[in-house]
Amino acid sequence: MWQWFHRLGSPRWFYQASGKWLSWLSVLAAILLCVGVTWGLGFAPQDAKQGNSFRIIYIHVPTSFLALAGYYVMAIAGAVGLIWKMKLADMVMKSAAPIGAVLTFVALVTGAIWGKPTWGTYWVWDARITSMLVLLFLYLGVIALQYSYSSQEAASKASAVLSLVGMVNIPIIYKSVDWWYTLHQPATIKFTEAPSMHPDMFQPLLVMILGFYCFYAVALILNTRVEILHRERRTRWVHDLVAAQSNSAQPNQNDSSSA
Amino acid sequence: MFQFESINDFIQMGGHGYYVWSAYLISLSVLIWLVVSPLQRKRKFIQEMIRQQRREMVRQDASNT
Repeated sequence: MWQWFHRLGSPRWFYQASGKWLSWLSVLAAILLCVGVTWGLGFAPQDAKQGNSFRIIYIHVPTSFLALAGYYVMAIAGAVGLIWKMKLADMVMKSAAPIGAVLTFVALVTGAIWGKPTWGTYWVWDARITSMLVLLFLYLGVIALQYSYSSQEAASKASAVLSLVGMVNIPIIYKSVDWWYTLHQPATIKFTEAPSMHPDMFQPLLVMILGFYCFYAVALILNTRVEILHRERRTRWVHDLVAAQSNSAQPNQNDSSSA
Repeated sequence: MFQFESINDFIQMGGHGYYVWSAYLISLSVLIWLVVSPLQRKRKFIQEMIRQQRREMVRQDASNT
Protein backbone atom coordinates (compact mmCIF):
# COMPACT_ATOMS: atom_id res chain seq x y z
CA MET A 1 0.00 0.00 0.00
CA TRP A 2 2.78 2.41 0.90
CA GLN A 3 4.62 1.57 -2.25
CA TRP A 4 1.55 2.64 -4.21
CA PHE A 5 1.35 5.83 -2.18
CA HIS A 6 4.95 6.72 -2.95
CA ARG A 7 4.57 5.95 -6.60
CA LEU A 8 1.51 8.17 -6.83
CA GLY A 9 3.48 10.87 -5.08
CA SER A 10 6.10 10.85 -7.79
CA PRO A 11 5.42 13.66 -10.26
CA ARG A 12 7.21 11.77 -13.01
CA TRP A 13 5.04 8.68 -12.57
CA PHE A 14 1.90 10.83 -12.50
CA TYR A 15 2.94 12.69 -15.64
CA GLN A 16 3.39 9.48 -17.56
CA ALA A 17 0.28 7.72 -16.25
CA SER A 18 -2.02 10.73 -16.65
CA GLY A 19 -1.11 10.97 -20.33
CA LYS A 20 -2.93 7.67 -20.83
CA TRP A 21 -5.93 8.65 -18.69
CA LEU A 22 -6.38 11.94 -20.55
CA SER A 23 -7.43 10.48 -23.87
CA TRP A 24 -10.35 8.39 -22.65
CA LEU A 25 -11.39 10.90 -19.99
CA SER A 26 -11.67 13.71 -22.53
CA VAL A 27 -13.60 11.53 -24.97
CA LEU A 28 -15.96 10.54 -22.17
CA ALA A 29 -16.40 14.15 -21.06
CA ALA A 30 -17.07 15.34 -24.62
CA ILE A 31 -19.68 12.63 -25.27
CA LEU A 32 -21.48 13.12 -21.95
CA LEU A 33 -21.54 16.92 -22.27
CA CYS A 34 -22.77 16.86 -25.88
CA VAL A 35 -25.51 14.35 -25.07
CA GLY A 36 -26.46 16.23 -21.89
CA VAL A 37 -26.63 19.65 -23.55
CA THR A 38 -28.71 18.41 -26.50
CA TRP A 39 -31.03 16.50 -24.19
CA GLY A 40 -31.37 19.33 -21.70
CA LEU A 41 -31.84 22.12 -24.24
CA GLY A 42 -34.06 20.40 -26.76
CA PHE A 43 -35.65 17.27 -25.38
CA ALA A 44 -36.31 17.68 -21.67
CA PRO A 45 -39.87 18.93 -21.06
CA GLN A 46 -40.20 22.55 -20.01
CA ASP A 47 -40.94 23.45 -16.42
CA ALA A 48 -44.59 24.11 -15.61
CA LYS A 49 -43.80 27.26 -13.60
CA GLN A 50 -40.51 28.54 -14.99
CA GLY A 51 -40.93 27.66 -18.66
CA ASN A 52 -37.71 27.29 -20.61
CA SER A 53 -35.50 29.34 -18.31
CA PHE A 54 -35.19 26.26 -16.11
CA ARG A 55 -32.92 24.74 -18.76
CA ILE A 56 -30.12 26.76 -17.17
CA ILE A 57 -30.23 24.12 -14.41
CA TYR A 58 -28.21 21.80 -16.67
CA ILE A 59 -25.16 23.96 -16.23
CA HIS A 60 -25.94 25.74 -12.98
CA VAL A 61 -26.24 22.60 -10.83
CA PRO A 62 -23.24 20.69 -12.27
CA THR A 63 -20.93 23.72 -12.00
CA SER A 64 -22.09 24.35 -8.42
CA PHE A 65 -21.38 20.69 -7.60
CA LEU A 66 -17.93 20.90 -9.07
CA ALA A 67 -17.23 24.24 -7.40
CA LEU A 68 -17.71 22.47 -4.06
CA ALA A 69 -16.10 19.15 -5.05
CA GLY A 70 -13.16 21.13 -6.41
CA TYR A 71 -12.77 22.78 -3.04
CA TYR A 72 -12.55 19.36 -1.38
CA VAL A 73 -9.91 18.32 -3.89
CA MET A 74 -7.92 21.48 -3.20
CA ALA A 75 -8.19 21.27 0.59
CA ILE A 76 -7.44 17.55 0.78
CA ALA A 77 -4.47 17.91 -1.58
CA GLY A 78 -3.32 20.82 0.57
CA ALA A 79 -3.59 18.72 3.74
CA VAL A 80 -1.70 15.80 2.17
CA GLY A 81 1.03 18.17 1.01
CA LEU A 82 1.22 19.73 4.45
CA ILE A 83 1.32 16.47 6.43
CA TRP A 84 3.35 14.13 4.21
CA LYS A 85 5.29 16.80 2.29
CA MET A 86 4.13 15.22 -0.94
CA LYS A 87 5.22 17.41 -3.84
CA LEU A 88 2.55 16.15 -6.21
CA ALA A 89 -0.20 17.06 -3.72
CA ASP A 90 1.08 20.65 -3.64
CA MET A 91 0.96 20.78 -7.42
CA VAL A 92 -2.59 19.41 -7.49
CA MET A 93 -3.65 21.99 -4.92
CA LYS A 94 -2.17 24.83 -6.96
CA SER A 95 -3.80 23.55 -10.16
CA ALA A 96 -7.20 23.03 -8.53
CA ALA A 97 -7.52 26.66 -7.37
CA PRO A 98 -8.04 28.46 -10.71
CA ILE A 99 -10.35 25.71 -12.04
CA GLY A 100 -12.47 25.90 -8.89
CA ALA A 101 -12.57 29.68 -9.07
CA VAL A 102 -13.73 29.57 -12.69
CA LEU A 103 -16.44 26.98 -11.95
CA THR A 104 -17.68 28.97 -8.95
CA PHE A 105 -17.81 32.03 -11.16
CA VAL A 106 -19.86 30.15 -13.77
CA ALA A 107 -22.21 28.86 -11.07
CA LEU A 108 -22.75 32.43 -9.81
CA VAL A 109 -23.20 33.92 -13.29
CA THR A 110 -25.63 31.24 -14.51
CA GLY A 111 -27.49 31.56 -11.20
CA ALA A 112 -27.75 35.32 -11.69
CA ILE A 113 -29.00 34.92 -15.26
CA TRP A 114 -31.52 32.34 -14.10
CA GLY A 115 -32.60 34.60 -11.24
CA LYS A 116 -33.70 37.40 -13.56
CA PRO A 117 -36.70 35.66 -15.20
CA THR A 118 -37.47 33.58 -12.09
CA TRP A 119 -37.10 35.99 -9.17
CA GLY A 120 -37.11 39.25 -11.10
CA THR A 121 -33.57 40.18 -10.06
CA TYR A 122 -30.03 39.19 -11.00
CA TRP A 123 -28.66 39.32 -7.50
CA VAL A 124 -29.86 39.08 -3.91
CA TRP A 125 -27.70 39.03 -0.79
CA ASP A 126 -29.14 35.74 0.26
CA ALA A 127 -27.38 33.08 2.34
CA ARG A 128 -26.71 30.56 -0.44
CA ILE A 129 -25.49 33.13 -2.94
CA THR A 130 -23.38 35.03 -0.43
CA SER A 131 -21.70 31.85 0.82
CA MET A 132 -20.93 30.90 -2.78
CA LEU A 133 -19.39 34.34 -3.26
CA VAL A 134 -17.26 33.66 -0.17
CA LEU A 135 -16.18 30.40 -1.83
CA LEU A 136 -15.06 32.36 -4.88
CA PHE A 137 -13.01 34.69 -2.65
CA LEU A 138 -11.43 31.69 -0.89
CA TYR A 139 -10.33 30.33 -4.25
CA LEU A 140 -8.98 33.74 -5.27
CA GLY A 141 -7.19 33.97 -1.92
CA VAL A 142 -5.43 30.66 -2.52
CA ILE A 143 -4.42 31.79 -6.03
CA ALA A 144 -3.10 35.07 -4.64
CA LEU A 145 -1.11 33.32 -1.91
CA GLN A 146 0.54 31.09 -4.51
CA TYR A 147 2.10 34.17 -6.06
CA SER A 148 2.88 36.20 -2.97
CA TYR A 149 5.88 34.22 -1.69
CA SER A 150 9.24 33.93 -3.34
CA SER A 151 9.68 30.36 -2.11
CA GLN A 152 7.29 27.77 -3.48
CA GLU A 153 7.39 25.86 -0.21
CA ALA A 154 6.11 28.80 1.83
CA ALA A 155 3.46 29.53 -0.78
CA SER A 156 2.21 25.93 -0.68
CA LYS A 157 2.09 25.93 3.11
CA ALA A 158 0.17 29.20 3.31
CA SER A 159 -2.36 28.24 0.64
CA ALA A 160 -2.89 24.79 2.21
CA VAL A 161 -3.65 26.44 5.55
CA LEU A 162 -6.05 28.91 3.94
CA SER A 163 -7.90 26.19 2.03
CA LEU A 164 -8.23 24.09 5.19
CA VAL A 165 -9.55 27.02 7.21
CA GLY A 166 -11.94 27.80 4.36
CA MET A 167 -13.50 24.35 4.73
CA VAL A 168 -15.72 25.98 7.39
CA ASN A 169 -17.63 27.58 4.54
CA ILE A 170 -18.60 24.27 2.90
CA PRO A 171 -21.26 23.09 5.41
CA ILE A 172 -22.59 26.66 5.48
CA ILE A 173 -23.16 26.51 1.73
CA TYR A 174 -24.89 23.14 1.97
CA LYS A 175 -27.09 24.12 4.89
CA SER A 176 -27.75 27.74 3.89
CA VAL A 177 -31.04 26.88 2.19
CA ASP A 178 -32.31 25.18 5.35
CA TRP A 179 -30.94 27.55 8.00
CA TRP A 180 -32.06 30.85 6.55
CA TYR A 181 -35.17 32.00 4.80
CA THR A 182 -34.07 32.30 1.22
CA LEU A 183 -35.22 32.77 -2.34
CA HIS A 184 -32.96 29.95 -3.47
CA GLN A 185 -34.79 26.67 -3.85
CA PRO A 186 -33.71 23.73 -1.69
CA ALA A 187 -31.36 21.15 -3.15
CA THR A 188 -32.85 19.32 -6.11
CA ILE A 189 -30.79 16.22 -5.55
CA LYS A 190 -30.04 14.58 -2.23
CA PHE A 191 -28.13 11.39 -1.73
CA THR A 192 -30.56 10.20 0.91
CA GLU A 193 -33.83 10.76 -0.95
CA ALA A 194 -35.29 10.30 -4.38
CA PRO A 195 -34.83 13.46 -6.50
CA SER A 196 -37.68 15.97 -6.35
CA MET A 197 -37.60 16.26 -10.12
CA HIS A 198 -39.43 14.40 -12.84
CA PRO A 199 -37.21 11.65 -14.32
CA ASP A 200 -37.49 13.23 -17.79
CA MET A 201 -35.81 16.35 -16.40
CA PHE A 202 -33.54 14.53 -13.98
CA GLN A 203 -31.87 12.09 -16.38
CA PRO A 204 -30.22 14.76 -18.56
CA LEU A 205 -29.08 16.52 -15.38
CA LEU A 206 -27.39 13.33 -14.23
CA VAL A 207 -25.63 13.03 -17.60
CA MET A 208 -24.45 16.65 -17.31
CA ILE A 209 -23.16 16.12 -13.77
CA LEU A 210 -21.17 13.04 -14.84
CA GLY A 211 -19.89 14.96 -17.87
CA PHE A 212 -18.74 17.85 -15.70
CA TYR A 213 -16.95 15.48 -13.33
CA CYS A 214 -15.02 14.01 -16.27
CA PHE A 215 -14.36 17.49 -17.61
CA TYR A 216 -13.06 18.60 -14.22
CA ALA A 217 -10.69 15.63 -14.14
CA VAL A 218 -9.38 16.54 -17.59
CA ALA A 219 -8.87 20.20 -16.67
CA LEU A 220 -7.17 19.29 -13.38
CA ILE A 221 -4.84 16.77 -15.03
CA LEU A 222 -3.89 19.22 -17.80
CA ASN A 223 -3.09 21.96 -15.31
CA THR A 224 -1.18 19.61 -13.01
CA ARG A 225 0.93 18.33 -15.90
CA VAL A 226 2.05 21.85 -16.80
CA GLU A 227 2.81 22.52 -13.15
CA ILE A 228 4.86 19.30 -12.94
CA LEU A 229 6.92 20.27 -16.00
CA HIS A 230 7.61 23.70 -14.54
CA ARG A 231 8.72 22.50 -11.14
CA GLU A 232 10.72 19.55 -12.47
CA ARG A 233 12.33 21.49 -15.28
CA ARG A 234 15.84 20.81 -13.96
CA THR A 235 15.39 17.04 -13.85
CA ARG A 236 16.77 14.55 -16.32
CA TRP A 237 13.37 13.16 -17.38
CA VAL A 238 11.94 16.56 -18.31
CA HIS A 239 15.07 17.33 -20.33
CA ASP A 240 14.69 13.99 -22.15
CA LEU A 241 11.04 14.72 -22.79
CA VAL A 242 11.84 18.13 -24.24
CA ALA A 243 14.67 16.66 -26.32
CA ALA A 244 12.27 14.09 -27.77
CA GLN A 245 9.82 16.88 -28.63
CA SER A 246 12.54 18.98 -30.20
CA ASN A 247 13.78 16.06 -32.34
CA SER A 248 10.33 15.34 -33.63
CA ALA A 249 9.84 19.01 -34.47
CA GLN A 250 13.22 19.52 -36.09
CA PRO A 251 12.94 17.86 -39.56
CA ASN A 252 10.54 20.43 -40.98
CA GLN A 253 11.25 23.18 -38.47
CA ASN A 254 7.70 23.74 -37.37
CA ASP A 255 6.51 23.87 -33.79
CA SER A 256 2.96 22.71 -34.34
CA SER A 257 3.76 19.17 -33.22
CA SER A 258 3.63 19.83 -29.47
CA ALA A 259 0.14 19.75 -28.12
CA MET B 1 -39.14 14.01 -28.38
CA PHE B 2 -37.98 17.44 -29.52
CA GLN B 3 -39.85 20.03 -27.48
CA PHE B 4 -39.92 22.84 -30.04
CA GLU B 5 -41.90 23.23 -33.22
CA SER B 6 -39.28 25.06 -35.26
CA ILE B 7 -35.68 26.22 -35.06
CA ASN B 8 -36.93 29.76 -34.47
CA ASP B 9 -39.05 28.49 -31.61
CA PHE B 10 -35.98 26.73 -30.22
CA ILE B 11 -33.94 29.95 -30.32
CA GLN B 12 -36.75 32.02 -28.77
CA MET B 13 -37.26 29.51 -25.91
CA GLY B 14 -40.68 30.98 -25.21
CA GLY B 15 -39.24 34.42 -24.46
CA HIS B 16 -36.42 33.08 -22.29
CA GLY B 17 -33.96 32.60 -25.15
CA TYR B 18 -31.79 35.52 -24.11
CA TYR B 19 -31.24 34.09 -20.62
CA VAL B 20 -30.80 30.46 -21.63
CA TRP B 21 -28.45 31.10 -24.53
CA SER B 22 -26.31 33.66 -22.74
CA ALA B 23 -25.86 31.25 -19.80
CA TYR B 24 -24.88 28.42 -22.15
CA LEU B 25 -22.55 30.56 -24.27
CA ILE B 26 -20.72 32.01 -21.28
CA SER B 27 -20.25 28.51 -19.86
CA LEU B 28 -19.08 27.11 -23.18
CA SER B 29 -16.44 29.80 -23.64
CA VAL B 30 -15.21 29.35 -20.08
CA LEU B 31 -14.93 25.56 -20.46
CA ILE B 32 -12.99 25.96 -23.69
CA TRP B 33 -10.64 28.37 -21.98
CA LEU B 34 -10.07 25.90 -19.12
CA VAL B 35 -8.76 23.30 -21.59
CA VAL B 36 -6.95 25.58 -24.03
CA SER B 37 -4.98 27.62 -21.50
CA PRO B 38 -2.99 24.71 -19.94
CA LEU B 39 -2.29 23.34 -23.43
CA GLN B 40 -0.94 26.72 -24.50
CA ARG B 41 1.17 27.05 -21.37
CA LYS B 42 2.61 23.60 -22.00
CA ARG B 43 3.49 24.48 -25.59
CA LYS B 44 5.15 27.69 -24.47
CA PHE B 45 7.12 25.83 -21.80
CA ILE B 46 8.40 23.22 -24.26
CA GLN B 47 9.38 25.84 -26.83
CA GLU B 48 11.21 27.81 -24.15
CA MET B 49 13.06 24.68 -23.00
CA ILE B 50 14.02 23.74 -26.57
CA ARG B 51 15.46 27.21 -27.10
CA GLN B 52 17.40 26.91 -23.86
CA GLN B 53 18.80 23.49 -24.79
CA ARG B 54 19.91 24.75 -28.20
CA ARG B 55 21.70 27.70 -26.58
CA GLU B 56 23.50 25.31 -24.26
CA MET B 57 24.51 23.08 -27.16
CA VAL B 58 25.95 26.04 -29.05
CA ARG B 59 27.89 27.09 -25.97
CA GLN B 60 29.28 23.56 -25.50
CA ASP B 61 30.32 23.38 -29.15
CA ALA B 62 32.08 26.69 -28.83
CA SER B 63 34.04 25.59 -25.75
CA ASN B 64 35.01 22.26 -27.34
CA THR B 65 36.72 23.80 -30.37
